Amino acid sequence: MERVIVAMQDPDMGVKMRNQRLLITVIPHAMTGNDVIEWLIQKYNITEEEARHLGGLLVQYGYIYPLRDPRSLLLRSDDSPYRFQTPYFWTSSRWPASELDYAIYLAKKNIRKQGELVDYEKENYSILHKRINHTWDFVVMQAREQLRASKQRRKADRIVLECQEQAYWLINKPCPGAFDVLDLGPERCNVLSSRVALIEHSRRALGRNRVKSSICLESFMKYSEQYLHHDPIMSGCLPSNPWISDDTAHWTINTDMVGTPTRLRVERWSFSFMELLNDSMGRREFMIYLEKEFSAENLCFWVACEDLRHGESSKIILKVEEVYKNFLAPGAARWVNIDSKTMERTLEGIKRPHRFIMDDAQMHIYFLMKKDSYPRYLKSELYKNMLAKAIVPQETKKSVFPFMRRQRHSSPSPAMVTQATEDDGKAKGAGPTGTSSTTNSQI
Amino acid sequence: QLRAFSLQRAFLFSINPEMATQEVQPNETLTNLKAESDTLKTKLEDERAKLHDVELHQVAEKVDGLGQFIMKTRRTLKGHGNKVLCMDWCKDKRRIVSSSQDGKVIVWDAFTTNKEHAVTMPCTWVMACAYAPSGCAVACGGLDNKCSVYPLSLDKNENLAAKKKSVAMHTNYLSACSFTNSDMQILTSSGDGTCALWDVESGQLLQSFHGHAADVLCLDLAPSETGNTFVSGGCDKKANVWDMRSGQCIQSFETHESDINSVRYYPSGDAFASGSDDATCRLYDLRADREVAIYSKESIIFGASSVDFSLSGRLLFGGYNDYTINVWDVLKGTRVSILFGHENRVSTLRLSPDGTAFCSGSWDHTLRLTHWASGS
Repeated sequence: MERVIVAMQDPDMGVKMRNQRLLITVIPHAMTGNDVIEWLIQKYNITEEEARHLGGLLVQYGYIYPLRDPRSLLLRSDDSPYRFQTPYFWTSSRWPASELDYAIYLAKKNIRKQGELVDYEKENYSILHKRINHTWDFVVMQAREQLRASKQRRKADRIVLECQEQAYWLINKPCPGAFDVLDLGPERCNVLSSRVALIEHSRRALGRNRVKSSICLESFMKYSEQYLHHDPIMSGCLPSNPWISDDTAHWTINTDMVGTPTRLRVERWSFSFMELLNDSMGRREFMIYLEKEFSAENLCFWVACEDLRHGESSKIILKVEEVYKNFLAPGAARWVNIDSKTMERTLEGIKRPHRFIMDDAQMHIYFLMKKDSYPRYLKSELYKNMLAKAIVPQETKKSVFPFMRRQRHSSPSPAMVTQATEDDGKAKGAGPTGTSSTTNSQI
Repeated sequence: QLRAFSLQRAFLFSINPEMATQEVQPNETLTNLKAESDTLKTKLEDERAKLHDVELHQVAEKVDGLGQFIMKTRRTLKGHGNKVLCMDWCKDKRRIVSSSQDGKVIVWDAFTTNKEHAVTMPCTWVMACAYAPSGCAVACGGLDNKCSVYPLSLDKNENLAAKKKSVAMHTNYLSACSFTNSDMQILTSSGDGTCALWDVESGQLLQSFHGHAADVLCLDLAPSETGNTFVSGGCDKKANVWDMRSGQCIQSFETHESDINSVRYYPSGDAFASGSDDATCRLYDLRADREVAIYSKESIIFGASSVDFSLSGRLLFGGYNDYTINVWDVLKGTRVSILFGHENRVSTLRLSPDGTAFCSGSWDHTLRLTHWASGS
């Protein structure tokens, strides 16, 4: 804000200041609300709306104050006069405000004109009177002295000084319930760093493999292009966006257990292996395919490993045993084909089971599926049929009476989803998964 | 400051065994350490620069510019009695959980605007909340230094607070929390400078992450195939990428000029965006190992508190402390829209899971659901 304010006060490029009339007094070095907004529009190449918003914040934070109607810290886009706050009173230089200064300010107002203090100020005044009573003589003396000195100034200067001070206190001691710009939230502290750790980290980082920017950045183009039609904000969604039309059809046709999926959804399975696995329907379809190829144990193994990795700590040992029994033991019903080195390492690690013990094996199987089964699935009849019969919903024509709002229907809370529905998505042979009525783990 | 330093040293000694064996260095050696770490830092920057052969906006020249977009707020959720600090979406794409300064945590069906559950925490400033993947629980915490999990009961008469489960314990405020792939684990970040991974059922600490030199303010889990990393941002201006399994910081980025309030992965997981008090948002590419874009404008002078991507990653939404939401073209680096509407700071902003709308929470006590459509 201060950078902006300094630019605004630049003698050549800043806001044009001139004398502004306030009733019968002429105030020098002032500007109109309009001047401020115009300047912001020109300088930052922004719209009037944005300029009014930005200028308004400068007033709210006390860097510019109004001469007319000084209690109202708003930027008016007309010829209302404003002035720059003196750096002495900037929020950054004088915060937190001193109680003594506040007492003197209130005393001055009180002495100058009875009834000048508004309610919350009267309250603050009496609170201060009690709290710093021992210095009250000093407060009153200072107040009188400052008032006397100000009487000797020209009227224009006096008005300016009063407005400056008033603006400062409106911000530092706002009316209760009013906007408090000094409310910054909980304190954040800064702690000193460990140089040794930094050095070690930098050394390791130096040895990293990096990829050329041209290659990395190209991938962003590709990704956003590939997902363009799937991004409701870029391309809309069919039949309509529920938030606009109040019609939840878009969600209904995309549920996990829907009979026929949408075309976009099935297309997305071809974008990456992860997309296929992340969609419970995609995963189910892939399982069906693998069963035909007699390699379903790979996916079952992967699902079981995920369950191990993300499940309760208390079930780790049990799950590791199950995985070993079903997938790794010699002669296991669903034996997975892992390379000997990984198998050896895994079997060794099982002796001291922990949640990451299957990571290497899981990764091996994952990449096996990704490189081999997945591309073949995408070329298979199963996938092609799925794509062919997938639906493309009709766009809902906008209602003839747009102002008539549809009734927004509730939906059952996910907290009501029963275990039965969960089981559909899980692979067979993964062993019994934890059942809990309140916290169902979803893989 | 001195007090903070000695406290921190005691803290470091207790959790960092290698530090415990080091005596306070005489000034001379401290200078050497500083010189060494600065030299390494410069070397690292040089290495990163070597492979930087093109800027993002240059590569993006061949991409079509974005047309006119009209943003419209579709729902305003009123019910919090004080500043809204955090929110998260349920996987069902319509429910959300939000938390506020007055200790209230509310679960809404944002579509109907009905409040479905409400819990009053025993502390103020509930700065973090998260929805469980199953939709059956929420996690939250703040100035109580804890992260607690509340199973969502469907019995309207039941007091949710009764079933509360205390999971995480930090030594300073909880700034962010997130469930991992299941309801069983929670990742947290804290004002005590650490992140941690917890087992929900037992409350056991599974892994802790040390490396930030100040409060950690935000975190986000990577959507990667191996699902093992996350990124955090802190008051030390650093964004760190962590290996959840080993607890190691595997990558670190320090280009922001002030606190990093928000971090969010690009949908492919190859990059992440950050929002900071320095009034900029930035994009960091993990394979190039560097910052690749800065989203800033001279007229934007207030900090960005919260960022999120649209589904395709083409747009970056930023909620700011000047009450506005700015939308950026991620590829071209330009701002394409600004949304006014909130009457105080925007503190939290998330796209819905299917990208059909975004929800923003503000210090003006409200949450707003906004949609952006091509103007045609």
